[in-house]
Amino acid sequence: MAVLAMRDALNQALREEMKRDESVFLLGEDIGLYDGSFKVTRGLMKEFGEKRVLDTPIAEEIIIGTAIGAAMSGLRPVAEMMTVNFIMVAMDQVVNAAAHIRYMFGGGTKVPLVIRTPGGGGHQLGAQHSHSHENWFAHVPGLKVVAPGTPADAKGMLKSAIRDDNPVMFIENEGTYAVKGEVPDGEHLVPLDKNEVKRAGDDITICAHSRMLIVAMDAASELEKEGISAEIVDMRALRPLDMAPVIESVKKTSRLITVEEGWRSYGVGSEIASRVYEEAFDYLDAPVARIGAAEVPAPYNKRLEKIAFPGKADVVVTAKALLGKN
Amino acid sequence: MKVEQRPADSKSKEAFTDKASLLNLYREMLLIRRFEEKTAEMYQAAKIGGFCHLNIGEEATIVGTISALRPTDYVYSTYREHGHAIAKGIDPRAVMAELFGKETGTSHGRGGSMHLFSADRRFYGGYAIVGQALPIACGSAYAINYKGTDDVVMSSFGDGATNIGAFHESLNVAKLWHLPIVFVCVNNLYGMGTAVNRASAVTEIWKKACAYDMTSERVDGMDVLAVRRITDQLVAQAREEHEPSLLECVTYRYRGHSMSDPDTYRGKDEIKEWQTRDPILSLGEHMKKQKMLTNEEIERIDEEITAQVEDAVKFAEESPEPDPKDLYRDVYAGEGAA
Ligand SMILES: Cc1ncc(C[n+]2csc(CCOP(=O)(O)OP(=O)(O)O)c2C)c(N)n1
Ligand SMILES: [Mg+2]
Repeated sequence: MAVLAMRDALNQALREEMKRDESVFLLGEDIGLYDGSFKVTRGLMKEFGEKRVLDTPIAEEIIIGTAIGAAMSGLRPVAEMMTVNFIMVAMDQVVNAAAHIRYMFGGGTKVPLVIRTPGGGGHQLGAQHSHSHENWFAHVPGLKVVAPGTPADAKGMLKSAIRDDNPVMFIENEGTYAVKGEVPDGEHLVPLDKNEVKRAGDDITICAHSRMLIVAMDAASELEKEGISAEIVDMRALRPLDMAPVIESVKKTSRLITVEEGWRSYGVGSEIASRVYEEAFDYLDAPVARIGAAEVPAPYNKRLEKIAFPGKADVVVTAKALLGKN
Repeated sequence: MKVEQRPADSKSKEAFTDKASLLNLYREMLLIRRFEEKTAEMYQAAKIGGFCHLNIGEEATIVGTISALRPTDYVYSTYREHGHAIAKGIDPRAVMAELFGKETGTSHGRGGSMHLFSADRRFYGGYAIVGQALPIACGSAYAINYKGTDDVVMSSFGDGATNIGAFHESLNVAKLWHLPIVFVCVNNLYGMGTAVNRASAVTEIWKKACAYDMTSERVDGMDVLAVRRITDQLVAQAREEHEPSLLECVTYRYRGHSMSDPDTYRGKDEIKEWQTRDPILSLGEHMKKQKMLTNEEIERIDEEITAQVEDAVKFAEESPEPDPKDLYRDVYAGEGAA
């Protein structure tokens, strides 16, 4: 097992899948000659050529549309949106087309498509480059949505996503590309519909995905020093949403915090909380606490930005409050 | 609105002298006409729900283009696509059944009038978002190049669609990537109630391709032979040279935008004037002059086609509704609901 940065784990997944299946190709802005805005596609154009690593104009709608048509015509495209903010100009293709085509055509075709795109803030990029929107996509029947938080999951889930016959929103995070972790060599597949406990604990359950998984893990270490044992459930599979490990954990701990990098309103945590209320209400000793970004467009100023996005301290404080230990 | 009439295209009449192929074009157009008339009737009888857009008046733009294709070529269309689906070889029974929302429809009743589809016939769908299908059609064309086959994609859309971003993004990459695609703009002079000159800075749509250094043509969309002749050239160019093109067919829809349009934004005289250039009647007249068709034959063909459309209605009527337990079927490929 090698220790790889997230971006290199993703790169490995792409390379392996392209070698394995001729029908897999990549398209997006500056993914080829430029090696990718975040270097996830580094070296792939050199290795596989311009047909299989297609540099596109800055035209998100045509990128997603081309990918959909190619997917319906027998290929397995992996489209990169430079960041999730830019996908907004292509939302028609993502929602009205990719997600709905199979159903509205009575199952007559399928759309085996992966859209990779990073969200996330914390780099002083302001209101048009910092947000997270996985809840928007997770709202839509016909899409699958995943958001891994470790390099191993990133590799294993990307490989599974490419082999899946449905449109998969593969949400990455700008703040995790350099995060390192052990990554199994070669064939390593992680299912798209299984969440899992990343750290066992007894006192409180914390649900988090993507970069917030790392924040939650850090918070758990700190809580441990104060005698609080937190169980961390990685919510990498957002749609279909695998609630089983959350419900099981809540039955044990009776307390739940959800952490997400996006705004709380109508968010991932709201959905998780509803399901817990529906399925495990009697086990709860306290209302579910949702942590998310401040409900403002991301500010540029460093200090304001730091306040606006959730961090370790927010999780620690909320956990202690929920346990009456503040 | 007024458009400059094209001079009659005598060359295209000379180019098609074979009776069988002319008869095919005639029959196809008449089938679409009778099918759409029946569709209107069924809509009024509440057998068909939702939005329903008819092709009546535009038959030459459909048959003249799609008849130039091979079965393995792809056709993408809009919500106004009953005729395209039939011209691409889908059984009118399956089309009517889809309009009726039946399980035997092209999309098993999940799509309706605006979402016909057939993978077998490479009719790659009716799309109800203006301009949406053009980028997707480019994807099929990219796949053709990728796999190295010599198929062609035809993407049909309205004049209104040429003002939306997706149109321009599509023309740009089609030229840039040498896609084997023919963009067919069915310019019926209106997008809903808005005339072309009130929506587009350039009212001759073919000119928009000039910005992309792309071959483009404007043709009389009431003359099926003219449409067919030019489409043959553009399809050959796509197939052999992998060069895309834009074909503007100037035509007219006799009915409102959809079945629910009272049609108050254009004069009755304008409609009547266009009807004097009816694509089906003109081809019939031409064939009669050429001694290829008699009035008796025309009547017999009409009876046959009317019977075929009646049969499609009967099939649709008698077909089963989708089973409620299948509500969640096909949201995802390869598994149950998620
Ligand atoms: C993006 C989008 N905006 C608006 C509509 C509503 N709409 C449906 S058809 C139509 C007119 C389109 O005109 P045109 O492209 O000329 O095609 P035609 O209906 O004349 O065949 C409009 C505005 C839509 N379906 N999609
Ligand atoms: Mg129009």
